[in-house]
Amino acid sequence: MKTIVIIDYGLGNLRSVLRGLEKAGARAVVSADTSAIAAADALVLPGVGAFRDGMGMLGPLEGTVRAAAREVPVLGICLGMQMLMESSDEGGLQAGLGLIPGDVRRFPRVPGMKVPHMGWNTLEVREGEPLFEGIADGSYVYFVHSYYASAAPAHTMTTTEYICPFASSVRNGSVYGVQFHPEKSGAVGLRLLKNYIDLI
Amino acid sequence: MALTRRIIPCLDIKDGRVVKGTHFEGLRDAGDPVELAARYNEQGADEVVFLDITASKENRGTILSVIGRAADQLFLPLTVGGGIRSVDDIQQTLRAGADKVSINTSAVTDPSLIDRAAARFGTQCIVVAIDVRANPVMQEGKTPVVLPDGREVWYEVVTMGGSHPTGIDAVRWAQEVEARGAGEILLTSMETDGTKEGFDIPITRAISEGVGIPVIASGGVGTLEHFYDGFVLGKADACLAASVFHYGEFTVRQVKEYLAARDIPVRL
Repeated sequence: MKTIVIIDYGLGNLRSVLRGLEKAGARAVVSADTSAIAAADALVLPGVGAFRDGMGMLGPLEGTVRAAAREVPVLGICLGMQMLMESSDEGGLQAGLGLIPGDVRRFPRVPGMKVPHMGWNTLEVREGEPLFEGIADGSYVYFVHSYYASAAPAHTMTTTEYICPFASSVRNGSVYGVQFHPEKSGAVGLRLLKNYIDLI
Repeated sequence: MALTRRIIPCLDIKDGRVVKGTHFEGLRDAGDPVELAARYNEQGADEVVFLDITASKENRGTILSVIGRAADQLFLPLTVGGGIRSVDDIQQTLRAGADKVSINTSAVTDPSLIDRAAARFGTQCIVVAIDVRANPVMQEGKTPVVLPDGREVWYEVVTMGGSHPTGIDAVRWAQEVEARGAGEILLTSMETDGTKEGFDIPITRAISEGVGIPVIASGGVGTLEHFYDGFVLGKADACLAASVFHYGEFTVRQVKEYLAARDIPVRL
């Protein structure tokens, strides 16, 4: 059986991601070990928190993750997705891993619109994306974030609207990122995790 | 297609069991937290909140194990509050499987905890719980809130489970916690908590309109209409309730169907 390594860099709700992947039928381990990451059949880069801290804490593993991403699929979740992008303006402009073209910016301030974007919102799903196989247009998933990814249409798998339309999931080859939390999105989220497992 | 309003069952947990009382007193046993949370998950709850009302240092292990069991079985967002005093406590709670932590008394006694926690874990997982009580003696510098009967009061932040008045103006405190990096406010009014007479609309609205972060209304729900009022009159982003769900008066789904029929966007 193939092994998914959930990268442990000290941030994020790793336990839910682990259980979600297991429930979806994968063998998954949480690890901060560079050799385990390098030997993985697929990676998950989780994360809640601030971009600058996330990149800082990922620092020692950055080269390993970058190298692995050339060989095996990577799925970034929430902050993990944002770190896959080229840059973020959270806490001052800062470079990300640059594995997916595009950047991350704060939601504009609009009276009456609360930030963070917190709760269940819908996906507009682009056809033909294997990660979204069997997930209907308009499905609800759980979001909690103040910054969003801006990516070219070619790299955008789903769009969601809050204050402005934004890329709620992105892709560059076999590097995938989802802004929402599949491990917190009930049956829809578990289906996405199963689809990811099937891609390995 | 829009961000939906959330319905959040809250489980008050004492020594690993769900309890419920009125005005924070007269606690009754209402079951196993993970079983109840799983039931709410099936009913379509948008999130679940666990509040550890034991909140003693030696009891951290009990609540962490409850969080762990819940995180293993539930695939919905989980907020945990009670007894969280430090960045280390937050780290442990998130590690155990919580998605957000709720800070209450510690935020009042040491507001810098909010800044440090938000800087470390991101604003989106830091909820500040604010317990309030109406103070009828208007004072200079306090934000006036007009009650339905026309009286003008100000709302005072209370801590230690509602027993300790702080002299802090609730509306200003809400704005301060936002500035310090809170991602959400969980507002509980001692005026209505446990009464089943409805949310405290005047303070819910004043705070929701006074900040740019989501506000969860809490305390006092007894009927389906109360949820509607919380969203429409109170301008809440989410409504939290405990006993109406624990004792099966209605299900989360019933609440959502009621709201959907009245054009409130909910996830069904």
